[in-house]
Amino acid sequence: MRYAMAVDTRKCVGCSDCVVACQTENNVPIGYCRDWVVEVTDGTYPQLEMEIRSERCNHCANAPCVRCCPTGASHIVEGGIVLVDSTQCIGCGACIASCPYDARFPHPKGYVDKCTFCEHRIKNGMSPSCVEVCPTKCLYFGDLDDPSSNASVVLKKRKYKTLIPEAGTDPQLYFLI
Amino acid sequence: MKEEIIVSGRMNPMVDPNLQIWHWQIPLYLFLGGMAAGILCIAAVYFIRGRENDYRTAVRLTPFLAPVLLVLGLLALFFDLRHKLYFWQLYTNIRLQSPMSWGAWTLMVITPVSFIWCALHMQDLFPNWDWKYKWLKALESFFNKYKKTLAWIMLIYGIILGIYTGILLSAFNARPLWNTSILGPLFLASGISAGAAATLLLSKNIEERRQFARIDLIMIGIELFLIVHMFMGFLASTQVQIDAVRMFLGGQYTASFWVFVIFLGLLIPALLEIMELKKYHIPAIIPAVMVLFGSLMLRFIIVYAGQMSRWLY
Repeated sequence: MRYAMAVDTRKCVGCSDCVVACQTENNVPIGYCRDWVVEVTDGTYPQLEMEIRSERCNHCANAPCVRCCPTGASHIVEGGIVLVDSTQCIGCGACIASCPYDARFPHPKGYVDKCTFCEHRIKNGMSPSCVEVCPTKCLYFGDLDDPSSNASVVLKKRKYKTLIPEAGTDPQLYFLI
Repeated sequence: MKEEIIVSGRMNPMVDPNLQIWHWQIPLYLFLGGMAAGILCIAAVYFIRGRENDYRTAVRLTPFLAPVLLVLGLLALFFDLRHKLYFWQLYTNIRLQSPMSWGAWTLMVITPVSFIWCALHMQDLFPNWDWKYKWLKALESFFNKYKKTLAWIMLIYGIILGIYTGILLSAFNARPLWNTSILGPLFLASGISAGAAATLLLSKNIEERRQFARIDLIMIGIELFLIVHMFMGFLASTQVQIDAVRMFLGGQYTASFWVFVIFLGLLIPALLEIMELKKYHIPAIIPAVMVLFGSLMLRFIIVYAGQMSRWLY
């Protein structure tokens, strides 16, 4: 099993609904975000190109945050989801420094927090809350080992890229271009 | 022109707009740990080679600083933790891939060893020292019997401690400035240099001071070589590493790095030590304090600048 997400940069309008849905679903403390939206503008007026990306933890297959964690609090569960066990985390910050995507942050309670792919929802057959709420349906979530999953189907049809593959992290967040 | 901005207003504390997860605690600890490692390595080497009577300060007195530095360093590390009450989780896990885990366990070994080493030399610091209880005396004679083994443990773990302070940073490929294996040897050399400076500061014997001025000079030479080597490596590497090193070659850390680390911390003390060896009289405290200051600044600048360097996407 290999969970992944595909983000359609051509459909995303940057409304940030995914961000609010995540904050609500996961009770993210005020002022913090587990996901965010990046807008890229390329060119000079009037020849402009734009790309909008909804970003979050890449749930890397070769996760530097898991490698550098001194206690094993950062770990990978079934399906390749990278999680933090708050009762094992000492809040040293090594994983935060090790993430090239800056996807982690220190929770005000002391431990490190991040996107979980809404593990508590997908265990029960639901999709992550950001996917569920997206008004343009530009987020596709699924198991890449299952050829009929939403993510597998769309990745077969479309061109895509990942972010900073040269950092060697083998990210599992795919951006359709 | 290409512009990338986060439009959803992400402003996670300590992460945005640029990483500031590590503050003064980490560089201070890297300095204290590195200096303790240097002191213990030097003491162990001279003891193993049977030179403890020639370099009495280095083998018997300077090591009294090591446990103090280590305890202060550990305190600094503890202050850095944000989930403090869970710190013991470090010692219920051994994670071979994590330099921080290596460091935690190394400290677990070398801190008690440094205390034992000091206990064996109490009479050098306090001539009338008496262990009072029988079992304490028995313990002392036990460790005295195995002092050479103790010295070897101290040397090996001292080297691991000195190198790990650099590896800790170089393991992060997300921060291009840290992502160079030169940092390990550079921090080890800087730690040994700081350890030699401590003896230079404490020794009253002119021959011993000469010897430690020589050691310090060699270490300064190695450090300068490694820094040049590191910069050349960065400049010949990928764009993110070129950007990282530009912080020191015209960017925001240029003045502080060249003034505090290169000139005040390396070149000027080296010059003073050369003059001392050429029989000019230079008060030992001046080069020694400058070396310690440079060593501390090196860590502060590398830790802070490293957090500014990043992959752009």
